[in-house]
Amino acid sequence: MAKTIEEKQYLVRYKADKKSHLTILNHEVCATKCEELLCTRFCPGDVYKWEGDRMFVGYEGCHECGSCRIGCPNDNIKWEYPKGGHGIVFRLA
Amino acid sequence: MPEKFDVIVVGAGPAGAACANVCAKNGLKVLLIERGEYPGSKNVMGGILYRKQTEDIVPEFWKEAPIERPVVEQRFWFLEKESMMSMGYKGKEWAQEPFNNFTVLRAQFDQWFAKKAVEQGALLINETVVLECIQENGKVIGVRTDRPDGDIYADVVVLADGVNSLLAKSLGFHKEFKPDQVALCAMEVLNMPKGKINDRFGLEGNEGCSVEIFGDATQGQLGTAFMYTNKDSINIGVGTTLSGMIRSKVKPYELLEYVKNHPMIRPYIHDGEPAEYLAHLIPEGGYYAIPKLTGNGVVVIGDAAQLVNAIHREGSNMAMASGKMAAEAIIQAKANNDFSEKGLDSYRTSIFDSFIGKDLKKYKDLTHTFESHPQYLNEYIPLMNRAASQFFTIDGTPKREKQAKIMQSFTAGRGKFGVAQDLYRAWKVMK
Ligand SMILES: Cc1cc2nc3c(=O)[nH]c(=O)nc-3n(C[C@H](O)[C@H](O)[C@H](O)COP(=O)(O)OP(=O)(O)OC[C@H]3O[C@@H](n4cnc5c(N)ncnc54)[C@H](O)[C@@H]3O)c2cc1C
Ligand code: SF4
Ligand code: SF4
Repeated sequence: MAKTIEEKQYLVRYKADKKSHLTILNHEVCATKCEELLCTRFCPGDVYKWEGDRMFVGYEGCHECGSCRIGCPNDNIKWEYPKGGHGIVFRLA
Repeated sequence: MPEKFDVIVVGAGPAGAACANVCAKNGLKVLLIERGEYPGSKNVMGGILYRKQTEDIVPEFWKEAPIERPVVEQRFWFLEKESMMSMGYKGKEWAQEPFNNFTVLRAQFDQWFAKKAVEQGALLINETVVLECIQENGKVIGVRTDRPDGDIYADVVVLADGVNSLLAKSLGFHKEFKPDQVALCAMEVLNMPKGKINDRFGLEGNEGCSVEIFGDATQGQLGTAFMYTNKDSINIGVGTTLSGMIRSKVKPYELLEYVKNHPMIRPYIHDGEPAEYLAHLIPEGGYYAIPKLTGNGVVVIGDAAQLVNAIHREGSNMAMASGKMAAEAIIQAKANNDFSEKGLDSYRTSIFDSFIGKDLKKYKDLTHTFESHPQYLNEYIPLMNRAASQFFTIDGTPKREKQAKIMQSFTAGRGKFGVAQDLYRAWKVMK
């Protein structure tokens, strides 16, 4: 059974664009105003990782669910759709 | 002069494809725009498709649509850590035409459903994101896409762009949804041989079963889990309000693993082969979250309009029904050559006069009540489980004594008055 998020993410097909469709507006805000680094917790694709003093955004694994846009308490994420035909490609449910 | 359409529909999910279908069938020139590689490639649902609203668009669709199984049994489980109370209904009549509902796989169903709109004459273009609505003198007159020379014009633009409706928001039809107005769900498709599914769920042939799971599956947060049988796979998923997910500090995929490993659930799905992992939001804000539905040259349908009944897991059917109502209003507007907000207003009134508006109104306070009174999930479901356990355990205690003890256990925590209050409150929000 696919237990870890890495195993789960391997089940999904992505057609990643070269350019990220997710942008952290201000890394300073994450460092100082968001103790729990919320997006690193609730993102179902584990897209966000805090590395030292910046938020690393692995946009290639994004499910385009929208949770980080709505759930970031500081409106600190610029959220767009990937370019047409790019991003996640579901085959089943 | 660039090409002009009567109607541009943004998004080829159930809402958009239904609207495009009905408009095209009635002779309108329709463009259906989808950002995914194909319709359904971005879309997710547990998988229960209701017959009625689909049939209203494509009569006798089950004869050709890629459906998985007709559902003959609906189960409801109330979970505790190591036990559950269950109820449900199974009926052979649901295995026959005209059926009650079906399990479907969205990536396949949506492709087929959009194709039916194309057969009616709609033009479908994939791999194209609509970036904004083009406006002139306070009226939407077309869309700007991410294609080169990507401006396209129409009398009416239909926003069927789903829960992340950046377009309706940018028109000011609603503010950003709040974390308690959306549910974050994670799910998996597990492949399993048909015979094994039938044995485990007690099914025959191509009959299907749905299981809605409450209680411990969401670890005390407001939400549900589900298991639905496909032909040779099982969809299993769990979701809570995004606010609940944030509060609980559990990651969505960890919650999914918790559900998969729950002792009441594991026997049904263990050794299933993971085939796909999906995550999506459900707009569950209900009645109060419905945005402005019509503007000059524009209407909003489906998830983009928050038309979801979370209690009855109805979403795709409301999407299709709203698409059809929008189409009817547009056809009328075309006849009157009036695409203003007023000219399209019959769409808004149809929604609120239909089962959609009425059901959402009926449950308007429900989510809020459960979210602010967690005792329903956290106390009553465990109590119900313990009561059942005591009642069915034969240990020499007389039944009358047992019942008295069970009643005591219900009122011990919250007091008689508290329980009465809770019951009254629950009755009021459901009535
Ligand atoms: C886990 C889960 C379980 C569910 N279970 C059920 C169930 O069992 N039964 C049920 O009836 N409902 C269920 N639902 C709800 C159901 O999935 C939705 O209500 C339904 O899909 C809404 O249809 P829609 O057409 O409005 O939106 P969507 O299906 O989301 O379609 C929107 C479409 O618009 C496209 N799009 C978005 N923006 C743009 C843009 N700017 N340009 C071009 N294209 C764009 C998207 O790619 C997508 O194809 C469930 C939902 C989830 C997440
Ligand atoms: S939730 Fe927002 S503020 Fe917090 S870490 Fe993420 S991006 Fe930064
Ligand atoms: S949209 Fe969803 S999957 Fe993508 S980064 Fe945001 S929370 Fe993660």
